[in-house]
Amino acid sequence: MSGAISSALPSAAAPLARAGNTGVSRRVLPGFHITLGFSILYLSLIVLIPLSALVFKTFTLSWDQFWVAVTAPRVMASYRLTFGASLIAALVNLVFGLLVAWVLVRYKFPGKRIVDALVDLPFALPTAVAGISLTALLAGNGWIGQFLEPWGIKLAFTPAGIVIALIFIGLPFVVRTVQPVLEDTEKELEEAATSLGATRLQTFTRVILPSITPALLTGFAMAFARAIGEYGSVIFIAGNMPMISEITPLIIIGKLEQYDYAGATAVALVMLVISFLLLLVINGLQAWQRRRAGASS
Amino acid sequence: MSAPSRTVRRAQAGTTESPWVRWTLIGLALAFMLLFLVLPLAAVATEALRKGLNAYIEALKEPDAWSAIRLTLITAAIAVPMNLVFGVAAAWAIAKFEFRGKAFLTTLVDLPFAVSPVVAGLIYVLVFGAQGWFGPWLAAHDIKIIFAVPGIVLATVFVTFPFIARELIPLMQAQGTEEEQAAIVLGATGWQTFWRVTLPNIKWGLLYGVILCNARAMGEFGAVSVVSGHIRGQTNTMPLHVEVLYNEYQSVAAFAVASLLAILALVTLVIKSVIEWRHEREMKAIAELPPERPQPAALA
Repeated sequence: MSGAISSALPSAAAPLARAGNTGVSRRVLPGFHITLGFSILYLSLIVLIPLSALVFKTFTLSWDQFWVAVTAPRVMASYRLTFGASLIAALVNLVFGLLVAWVLVRYKFPGKRIVDALVDLPFALPTAVAGISLTALLAGNGWIGQFLEPWGIKLAFTPAGIVIALIFIGLPFVVRTVQPVLEDTEKELEEAATSLGATRLQTFTRVILPSITPALLTGFAMAFARAIGEYGSVIFIAGNMPMISEITPLIIIGKLEQYDYAGATAVALVMLVISFLLLLVINGLQAWQRRRAGASS
Repeated sequence: MSAPSRTVRRAQAGTTESPWVRWTLIGLALAFMLLFLVLPLAAVATEALRKGLNAYIEALKEPDAWSAIRLTLITAAIAVPMNLVFGVAAAWAIAKFEFRGKAFLTTLVDLPFAVSPVVAGLIYVLVFGAQGWFGPWLAAHDIKIIFAVPGIVLATVFVTFPFIARELIPLMQAQGTEEEQAAIVLGATGWQTFWRVTLPNIKWGLLYGVILCNARAMGEFGAVSVVSGHIRGQTNTMPLHVEVLYNEYQSVAAFAVASLLAILALVTLVIKSVIEWRHEREMKAIAELPPERPQPAALA
């Protein structure tokens, strides 16, 4: 919807300022040292120093101990589940997120503004609430579960339930990254394609899709990253059975409850490294998207 | 932004789908939204009212529910202003000045979004917990951080850390520095410039960041769960209280507390949408201004 006021997504930030305030006037404004100093101090105290504790704590383990802790069969099963479920959920959101963004940008229908506002519900609704309400819906006596039970389909307390919770959590990401890009695509290109004899489907796959691919992938990566770390909505619906429906964040909690701080830290470090890598991928995708946007305008 | 599309409306016939494709896509999208967003909300309301309005109200009158509500409000009342001050300071430094390492700093501000909430809770246990860096010192001075309110506040500050800064940085970058420079050159102090020039320009973005930050602060579960210790009536926030009640099979009570959080979410969405619509209107009004728009700072 809006460019300047974007959603809670980490969004494109850097390029504008670089073009804007260069030259002699840059230090006319006061407060640079104090605001930068305060920001770095606060960042260090709240984020960097506590995160470094994770690394230092892991160093108290020998390499072998670390390796055993992060590759135990139960932990490996949790990686497979967490990554598999997150991947499926992000793929579903890729398809339906594009569909919702497309419908919201291109078509007019009654109640569109409400639908648009509702897309952000997963950002605003506490995850625990999402968890218990999805469980209530999908349980054997729930609104949806009661129709699936006779067919032998069980969603609550199975890995499938985890996927559903993760779809809910990641739903806004693809919509909110694709929507503004779709709004900015140039209709002239589509007209040109049509007048050159392309069918509507060809125009979509050859003209529209390439221009929104960076945004689509960014949203996909964000939904995936969010899903991997998700805890609140999943634990209610998962059933949490070791080897079957136990996600990696729950492994960390379990180790903490047994006062296995070193083990919890080792698994947490693996998750943190993966988060870092995903953050780098997302940053790269956003840079690609900005270059795209720069090239087309 | 999408202004040129207006001039080519006549040519649109070739750039849209046949009505039945259109309505199939709309139907699919709405069905998806209904299934994943509307039904869970409706489920919260019906489960909360399953045993009638009286049972619902009784569940909310319970002392433990009250203390959970109070703790949630206190937590948000500390965490949101802290991140507000940081957000404004960081946005001022990053958006208004050039310095080395700026892109890196911007990435670091985003970092808490990428960290799993459970890991966020864990790192504070490692720093302040009984076996953590400051654990022995804190125990000797009888200060409790983990399994107490300060830990809950810290974990909440961590997970809501980027919200306001993330909103303000692109907004203030887009606005540039001309207006502030003009104010300074005309003799305003730094504070005057901020209050009279910058703040009016960013107030909607600021409010937007604050309400999203607040929604997450009140609703955070994973990080708070790790540091809270789940002491009933003392260190349970509303989401944690929902979990306790749910695990005790007190479904109506759990959904009653959950319904308050769902209302919070809906109020958040309404305020957010109003801000967006307002912003859209302002953008449209600016776009429709006659083209003789003066350059404000150039004269100074």
